[in-house]
Amino acid sequence: MAFGKRSKRQDLDLQSNPMAFKNLSGFVIDPVYTSENIAQLDAERDLGRPGEFPFTRGIHQTMYRGRSWTIRQLGSLGSSEEANIRIRKLLDMGATGVSICLDMPTIMGRDSDDPLCEGEVGSSGGVAIDSITDVRQILDGIDLDRISINWVSNAQSSVILAFFVAVAEERGISADKLTGTLQNDILKEYQAQKSFYFPPRPSMRLTVDIIKYCCRNMPRFNPISISGYHIASAGGNPIQELAFTLANGFTYVEETLKAGIDVDQFAPRLSFFFKVHNDFFENIAKYRAARRIWARTIKEQFKAKDERSWLFRVHTQTSGSSLTAQQPENNIIRTTLQALSAVLAGTQSLHTNAFDEAHSIPSPRSERLALRTQQIIAHESGVINTADPLGGSYYLESLTNKMEEEVYQYFEKIENLGGVLAGIEKGFFQREIADSAYRYQKDIENKRRIIVGLNEYKEDGEEPIELRETDPVFEGRKIAELKAFKNQREQKRVAARIEQIHEVARGDGEFMPLFIEAAKDGLTLGEIIGAMQDVFGEYREEAIY
Amino acid sequence: MRKIRILLAKPGLDGHDRGIKVVARALRDAGMEVIYSGLHQTPEQIVSTALQEGVDGIGLSILSGAHNAIFPKLMAFLKEKGLSDLLVFGGGTIPSKDRERLKAMGVGEIFTPGTDTQDVVNYLRGELEKKQDSKS
Repeated sequence: MAFGKRSKRQDLDLQSNPMAFKNLSGFVIDPVYTSENIAQLDAERDLGRPGEFPFTRGIHQTMYRGRSWTIRQLGSLGSSEEANIRIRKLLDMGATGVSICLDMPTIMGRDSDDPLCEGEVGSSGGVAIDSITDVRQILDGIDLDRISINWVSNAQSSVILAFFVAVAEERGISADKLTGTLQNDILKEYQAQKSFYFPPRPSMRLTVDIIKYCCRNMPRFNPISISGYHIASAGGNPIQELAFTLANGFTYVEETLKAGIDVDQFAPRLSFFFKVHNDFFENIAKYRAARRIWARTIKEQFKAKDERSWLFRVHTQTSGSSLTAQQPENNIIRTTLQALSAVLAGTQSLHTNAFDEAHSIPSPRSERLALRTQQIIAHESGVINTADPLGGSYYLESLTNKMEEEVYQYFEKIENLGGVLAGIEKGFFQREIADSAYRYQKDIENKRRIIVGLNEYKEDGEEPIELRETDPVFEGRKIAELKAFKNQREQKRVAARIEQIHEVARGDGEFMPLFIEAAKDGLTLGEIIGAMQDVFGEYREEAIY
Repeated sequence: MRKIRILLAKPGLDGHDRGIKVVARALRDAGMEVIYSGLHQTPEQIVSTALQEGVDGIGLSILSGAHNAIFPKLMAFLKEKGLSDLLVFGGGTIPSKDRERLKAMGVGEIFTPGTDTQDVVNYLRGELEKKQDSKS
């Protein structure tokens, strides 16, 4: 056996690749890291122990020994009946929380019978929610005081929350018992995901209205999940994801403070949502920097005294945009590596993507495999045996410091623009993200970055993969159901509610209590959003590319 | 020779505009004139922009699964306005069996995730030259 003699043909030849030693944010990585790279690091001040300020090493003392992360897979699909079946199945398979995605019409604040929604009802792996009826059906038989529900809702969050609270109340469960999360992060919609209805400032008013309502009435519920995921999906690199998400987070804090709420009343309920991309250590450094910056700023700048206010609690999803349509099984490996990095980064909950998602919404087989990936990491890999096993790594700590520095540079830029809202209005974030997206694409096309099966190690011919078919008759059925529902309502009450919404929108009153009553009177999502739009107007962005 | 003019449009309700913006920039870098419609365009709006701008081709980006509803509508409007010979192409998460069906109704090419932008540039140059030749 010729040990020591390497066959040239098997070498990966990384030396000749100019990007091989740069991470996704474009930092040049040194050949080796030593104690010199972290000479300035004061372990007690900058790291602490897990569960101790500034929480660089994680927010819990025992991390996953004490409690595993939440395995949170998507539980939504087309009709509310199907979504209900899927949620029950995921819970049976061992999921401990579910995310409910919305179809595109619901995301855009429109009812299924809106002519602009043709062909999209129940699409994009989301459930169609028109009224309280749909939410009642989705949650049928689910223990609402036990299972945490993550509503992937943003601009429409207030209406979704109203439907949720109204359904719970019907079942005799008061709002204070409900657990879960709303995404409700409107800033990143303008920056990246582009699902908004109103101009940024009235949208921000609505977000704060929800935070306020939840502070008073839903102490176990997270009113917002401040999301970097979509910033990264739109092309933002990890440093942009980190910097913009934190800047958005601090903006929500400032706006909620302006509404007269004490920081320790709401900061403990703020949660975050990150993406893990391909670069393993860059992912982990991103979380560590996020926890440290968040803890220090909330404590020192915003003067929060409650330790829970300092905690950067985060949900993670593996990277949908890293999945390739080519050789789709390779995505299983990508997702596994990403999921492992999220766990080593100390995530509180995790969604693993299915390998066929570059083609369509997941099939039952790929969905199961995605869930099992997390269970294998949790039970078989041994990485959970100790809290923050990578803490103290020269490379990782150095990378964390570097990311932190870059974040503060972005903060300065954003500050100079007049803050996040002004930055959105000036197109700053949109341009930054579009530039990174283009650069990434060019790096792949020029083979500066290798994606296995996509621009190297290619194979001819597409292997067919099992795809989930969408139900072709669903849309028509949904529209008919909605029409029947609308016809049996007391029309006078509907009209009166719409007038009340106009009044609140024109003034500065609170929306949530009114929306919950409106939900019980059968107002639809499209009607409630439409009534606000009458007053707030529609926002159209200038496309930046 | 006049620059190639392409309308890139994003029909449907979703905001997945990363791909179309990357393609817009790549076509521009390749010397074409690009008009990007922005989000949420109806087929009617797209055809009317194409008429106004006198473009050589229309590219649609669809990642919402609504391609089977949107492409046929667009093709019908184009026919109505006498623009049937306009090159129509698309991109997005569109399964192969749907791609075949769309091509059969006159859509030129459908590019899927992972496409090299140079392939789009080459395709447009090739097709539009062919069209020029057949006219002259």
